[in-house]
Order: sequence, then C-alpha cells, then structure tokens
Amino acid sequence: MADTFTVHLKIWRQEGPNEPGELVDYTLDKVNEHMSFLEMLDVLNEEIVKEGGVPIEFDYDCREGICGSCNLMINGQAHGPKAMTCSCQLHMRNYSDGDTIVIEPFRAKGFPVIKDLVVDRSAFDRIIEAGGYVSVKTGSAPDANSIPVDKSVADTAFDYATCIGCGACVAACPNSSASLFTGAKLAHLNRLPQGEPERAERTVAMVEQMEEEGFGDCSNYAECEAVCPKGISISAIAEMRRNYMKAALKGSEA
Amino acid sequence: MNLDSKVPSGPLEEKWSKHLNDIQLVAPNNKRKHDVIVVGTGLAGGSAAASLAELGYNVKSFCIQDSARRAHSIAAQGGINAAKNYPNDGDTIWRLFYDTIKGGDYRSRESNTYRLAQISNEIIDQAVAQGVPFAREYGGLLANRSFGGAQVSRTFYARGQTGQQLLLGAYQAMMRQVHEGRIDLHTRQEMLDVVIVDGKARGIITRDLVSGEIKRWMADAVVLASGGYGNAFYLSTNAINSNVTAAWRCHKRGAAFANPCYVQIHPTCIPVSGDYQSKLTLMSESLRNDGRVWVPKEKGDDRHPNDIPEDERYYYLEEKYPAFGNLVPRDVASRNAKIVCDEGMGVGPTGRAVYLDFNDAIEREGKQAIADKYGNLFEMYENITDNNPYEEPMRIFPAVHYTMGGLWVDYNLMSNIPGLFVAGEANFSDHGANRLGASALMQGLSDGYFIIPYTIGNYIAGEELPDVSKDHDAFDEAADNAQGHIDKLFEVDGDKSVVEFHRELGQIMWDKVGISRSEEGLKEAIKEIQELREEFWNNVRVPGEAANYNKYLEFAGRVADFLELGELMAKDALHRDESCGCHLRAEHQSDEGEALRNDKEYSYVAAWEFQGVNGELQEELHKEDLEFDFVELKQRSYK
Repeated sequence: MADTFTVHLKIWRQEGPNEPGELVDYTLDKVNEHMSFLEMLDVLNEEIVKEGGVPIEFDYDCREGICGSCNLMINGQAHGPKAMTCSCQLHMRNYSDGDTIVIEPFRAKGFPVIKDLVVDRSAFDRIIEAGGYVSVKTGSAPDANSIPVDKSVADTAFDYATCIGCGACVAACPNSSASLFTGAKLAHLNRLPQGEPERAERTVAMVEQMEEEGFGDCSNYAECEAVCPKGISISAIAEMRRNYMKAALKGSEA
Repeated sequence: MNLDSKVPSGPLEEKWSKHLNDIQLVAPNNKRKHDVIVVGTGLAGGSAAASLAELGYNVKSFCIQDSARRAHSIAAQGGINAAKNYPNDGDTIWRLFYDTIKGGDYRSRESNTYRLAQISNEIIDQAVAQGVPFAREYGGLLANRSFGGAQVSRTFYARGQTGQQLLLGAYQAMMRQVHEGRIDLHTRQEMLDVVIVDGKARGIITRDLVSGEIKRWMADAVVLASGGYGNAFYLSTNAINSNVTAAWRCHKRGAAFANPCYVQIHPTCIPVSGDYQSKLTLMSESLRNDGRVWVPKEKGDDRHPNDIPEDERYYYLEEKYPAFGNLVPRDVASRNAKIVCDEGMGVGPTGRAVYLDFNDAIEREGKQAIADKYGNLFEMYENITDNNPYEEPMRIFPAVHYTMGGLWVDYNLMSNIPGLFVAGEANFSDHGANRLGASALMQGLSDGYFIIPYTIGNYIAGEELPDVSKDHDAFDEAADNAQGHIDKLFEVDGDKSVVEFHRELGQIMWDKVGISRSEEGLKEAIKEIQELREEFWNNVRVPGEAANYNKYLEFAGRVADFLELGELMAKDALHRDESCGCHLRAEHQSDEGEALRNDKEYSYVAAWEFQGVNGELQEELHKEDLEFDFVELKQRSYK
C-alpha cells in the first residue's frame, strides 16, 4: 500500500442558486495515489460530516467515465489535467504532496449552479429534444441488415455518438458555446442513412435551440476538443455549420 | 397472495402471438385520456416511456439523475444478444431461449424466457433504425461476437459501449416524445412510495432532490423500471446512486419480492485497492473472447506475470471446461476465481485476483485488431490501475454486478398489485438464477419497447379506473409516510456516517451472502444485519437539511432500505437449501465445486410478502411452481 500524502483544497461552496458563493480552504492528509479524485472528495466529506459540518455537493454516478454526471473544474481545467479523462477517472497519482487544488463547478450562463459544485445542465436535454433523434416509432423498423452502412461511416458516426453530455466543452469554451455537444449529435445522426431524411430540419432546430439556451458562438478556440473526455473532434462543428448554412439557404425543405 | 402467472396456454412458440391476439386494446382516441407513470429512464424505463407515449398515452417519466440519459444502463459494455443468425452459425430462437434458460440453471419461467428470445430480433431492428451505431463488417452489414454460455456468435455490440448507445437511442426516442408533449419528464426526482387506491396502484410520491419538496403524482398505471439492488453489497459495479428504494417501498406496500438471493457476481472486474474504494469497475465479459484466464501453479508465486513460463501457469478454465474454456457462464467463472484464490494461487498485492492475459491474442491478431475490439476497455483499465494490458496481463476479480431477483411479475409484467408493472432489472422475470452476458440489455428493451406497451393497454381496457384526487386519503397517508421517514432519519442525530453503515452492511453481504453461502454464515449474517439496522436507527448522522439538495440524506434513505433488503436476501438464501446458478450453498456442490440443484424441492419462484419489521424482518414465503413442459431439466455442464 502506497504512502498517504497531503493536498490543500480550495473548493467552491454555494448554498443555493441565488446565494453568493466562495472558495473555502480544506486540507486533507489521507490521500493515497490509487484513490480516484472523487474518492478523495468522499474522504473529505466523511471528515466534514464527522466534524458536524455540511458536506460538499457534487454530481456523480457511474464513476467509470461513461454516465457524464461528474463535472468538476479542477485548477481551471474541465475534468482536470489528464486528457480524455472524466473527473471520476482522474486518480490522485496525478498529484503530489503539498499540492493546492482549486475545485469549481462548470460555469456557464446555460449551466446555473444548484448547490456547491452541482449545476443544472438541462439545457442539453432541450437541445436533444429539439431534434436529436431519428423519428422512428417502436415496431416500424425494417430488418437491421436491410440498409448496409459503410463501415467507415458507421465508425465515424460512433466516434461522435460517444459524447456523454458532461458539459466540459461548454465549461472550457471562452464563449461558453455548446457547439461541440450539439455538433457531435448532429454528426452522429446526419451521416447515417437512418438519420439522413431529417438532416436539414434537425440541424436547424438544434442549432436554434442551442442559441436560445444562452450558449455563445464558436470562435474556433478548440478548447472544447482539448478537454472532451471522449476526444470528440471539432470537425463536428464545421460539419454542423455547413449543414446549417445549406439548410438555411434552401429553407427547411432542403 | 395470488401468484397467478397468467401464462397463455398452447405451444411455447405460439404463446406470445396468441396472447397479443387475445388481449384487450385501448382505442387510439381513448389512450390520451390515460396517464401512465414510468419510474426510471434506463433501457427498460426509457423504452417503455417512449413507446407508451408514441401510442398516445400521457406519460409522466421520473429519474433520480439530472438527465434521462444517465441511467446505469449506460455502463453496460459488451453487447446485446439476438437470434438473428447473421453469422450463419446455426442460431435459432430456440437456441437463444435454451441457452438462456440453461444459463439460468432452470429457475426461470419457460414462457417468459422464450418470449424474450422471440423479441430479441426486433430490438436490433429498432435500435438500428434509431441510428444506434453498432459495429459493422466491411460489407456494411452488422458484426457479431461471442459471449459466455453460448456456442454461437449472436452478440451485437458498439465497441465496449453498447449500453450507452442503446440507452441514447431510447433517450432520444423519449426526448422526441417530450418535444411532442406526450412525455412530462421529471429529473432529479426520487420515488419514495407507491399510492394504492382501492387495491390498485394509482400514483407515486417523490422527493424533489433539488428543493426537497415531497410531491404527489397520479396515474392509471405505474411502471417501475428502477433497476437492481446490487448496491446492497456497497461495493459493486453498479452506479453509486443505483438503489432498491422504489422497489422496496412497493414491497412494503404488498408487492412480492421474488428470488432476492439471486445475485450475479461478475468474474472480470478490477480488484479492490483500498478501503476508500467507492465502487468496482467491470471489464466486459467480451474480453474473455480473447483473454486467457490463469494463475501461477505455484502458491504465492510473486514473480512478474511475464516472467512466469508457460508450463508454470494454470489456465484453470481451459483445463476444467474444455468445451467452453474461458467462455463459461459468469457464475462458473466467478466461483473458480474464488476457488483458486482461496487455495492461495491468487495474484496481486491482496492475493484476491487472477490474470486475464491477451498476449496470445495480440501475437495472433496483432495489437491493432485487439485495440479495435477492446481499446476503450484497455484504456479504462490502465487509467485505473496504472498498468498497461497490452504489455502485461490484467488483474481481475469477481464483483457484484446484477441482481436476477426483483419484484414478482406475471406474464404481463404486472406485479401482484394491480396496475403496478415492473420492467428490466427491477423485476425477477427472465434470467432465473444466473443471467448470461449480453442478456440484460435484451431484457430491458424487450420489456420496455415490446411487452409493457401492449400489456398495459390490456390492463387499462379491462379495469374500472375512476378519477382519483391527489387529496385522496391514500395520497395523504403515503406523503406523510415519506416525510415521516425523512424526519425520523434526522431525529436520530447520532455520530456515525451513512457511508460507514453501508460499508459494514456490504462487508457482511460479501462475506456471507456472496459467491459462496452456508447455513451457518447466513444465520450469522441475518443476526449481524439486524444488529447493524438497530445501530443505524440509533446512531446514524444525517448532515444538512431536508429542504435542500442533500446527497447524504438520499443515501440515508437508501441504506435504511438496503438494511432491510439485506436481511431478506440472507433469509431467501438460507431457505433455498440447494445450489443453483449464482446461488451456491457450500453444502450442495460437487467435488469440483459445481452447483447441485434440488429440482424436486426447489423448482419454484420464492416470492416474499412483507409483514413488518420488528427487530427482525417479518416476511411470508409464497411459491410459484416452475413447470417445464418444453425443456428437460439437466445438470448444467460446460465441460
């Protein structure tokens, strides 16, 4: 078993959506290199509870990097320093004794704070609701092999479909743009034969919903791609713009 | 208690179509007059909500997560079975059915399992039409791979993220119905009680996890799709928020809980590293297609695995089960891992691990081919353990993964409470005493897309369902009950954390109600759980307040329920004095550690009826006899 070490934490505490928040200092001296980052926060919370305090709230569920619940801004980086890694899959072996770690929520106009590090990401659901699907009713599908899909097309669609909806792209973007999230779903569905018929309508509806939610425009900073735990390419954004322009020029009948 | 399974008569392959011909329908213009509540937005709940809404019902959908896209189905890695026979290797609906019922060690209902195999093909069609990006061959057609317990390749997959992709398909179908105004979606809401009016389920009580408010919801029927109860073990592969509360509160209102002791322990998980551990991570069973499981022949051999020569390795699955080799069912693989570790051949710092080695596969197919199949799993492993599985074998050990038991349901997936339907892992239905790999996704989607939408219509069409007000006494009583439970948790005001109680419960469950169980151990477990429960209600500390976001309060409510369920699991395991599937009683095993069933006395579903908690959990046992008209019961053999 590895030796334990100490970290200094500055963690955003905020009672509720309309309360002021602040960074609060904590020191934790039982950190082990094999702990995940969230397990380190669990240990801190246990200490806080033992001392009669109110534990720090943060979102998590699967703790294996797939559900998209966890969303911490760690030392100014969405999901922390390790590429292609969610907050829950970051391990304390990436830190050393005496390090100071600042932990904040994913901040954006489209993601209001609920409490402490927990934010409301329901805007993402509303973007999907606007058109992020194929309109097929249960029971009406043809045989699965009746439409062949080129393997390279299917593989690329899969690459975009791996988005977990965590919101790191928004948090990292200087404009708080949700273009990578929106573009990834469009790039997944629009390139498949099943998604093709609704391509124009879907693109327009999702892009307009994204703007309505208060997310900013894309200025090609590419910060989103850098922090995306699934490594989704910003080509999705270029593709979204092309499809949006085509649809806008031709009207929604395009 | 009425446990009429309502299985239609006739030949096995005609039961479902005959039933569809016979059941009553609700006319399209009448469907919009009916409200249906769906609790949970995993594969079963999401697909049910979407399909019911497409039919025209007013659906109210609830989940505890912040989005319907995050339910734990998302973590399923390996794949989904279907009897398409695309690889032309001789698969049929009968074979899928037979493998599933045999894999479940003949403890499931024949008719339900057959229906599952029948529906499997439609699920693949549906998912592909939704744009689920399954793996494909170069010709553009769908690819398949092999999974445990089968000698054909019938598993469809989307790299190691099949659950995620299928769930997103169901979620998107749901969101389309939200857009249409047919689904009223409520996230961050936890169901705390079911409301029963005139003997029928007519609503639920929830706690708003953001504001803490207790809310009342009315409907003509309730679908519970709230998942399994593996987190009774504290450490499991389940998501941290997975819990039994919704199902358990229904049980306390009279819904029978069936076969609670059937818990699947998955053979390939990343071993425990320390007491801060919050969950265990699964490595997909698909890895056993190419990975070879071994331990050093020499006890306590602490050489690096790459330094141990071939003839000093014990490939125990390949040696003991030459026909299935590394692809034996999960229960067999888990048990054998425990046996070799108990014998001192385990590896790693704790000695509670075995190797899963890809060296031969990499030499045979090349690193790239292996990366294409398992790349994300290998990355996940390296991320957690800091070891590179391309360079050295993975270390794996079994962990609690899935619960086959759940609320009892009839052929229509309705519990013994009229109007309360149960889907997916939350019911006990199709897997018997052991679930085969890639069958959970199949069952969840079968229940939600293709069974409940029909059977719920049959119920609604055939029942008098007068309007009920949210001020009805039954709503008052249930809301007071939910609030009272929360108040009671705060009133204890003790000094031990919820997490400590949960961890202690998990240790009891793992040691005594885990891979191997004995009469003595189970009796100890029952006593220890009772003591722990008493201590909980005298000494738990719940921080914060009720009227705010408060995760510790959520956990306190869930752990309180696990402390009751755990006792029932042990009681069920104690009463079932045989071994079957995942339920291994040490008293009933062959010399080689295989489960020995007792079909004469235990070929039934154990359905428990809640009677109260008075120091001891009071439960009455009811039995639904399992009749096998179409398959012959055999001792399973994978040799």
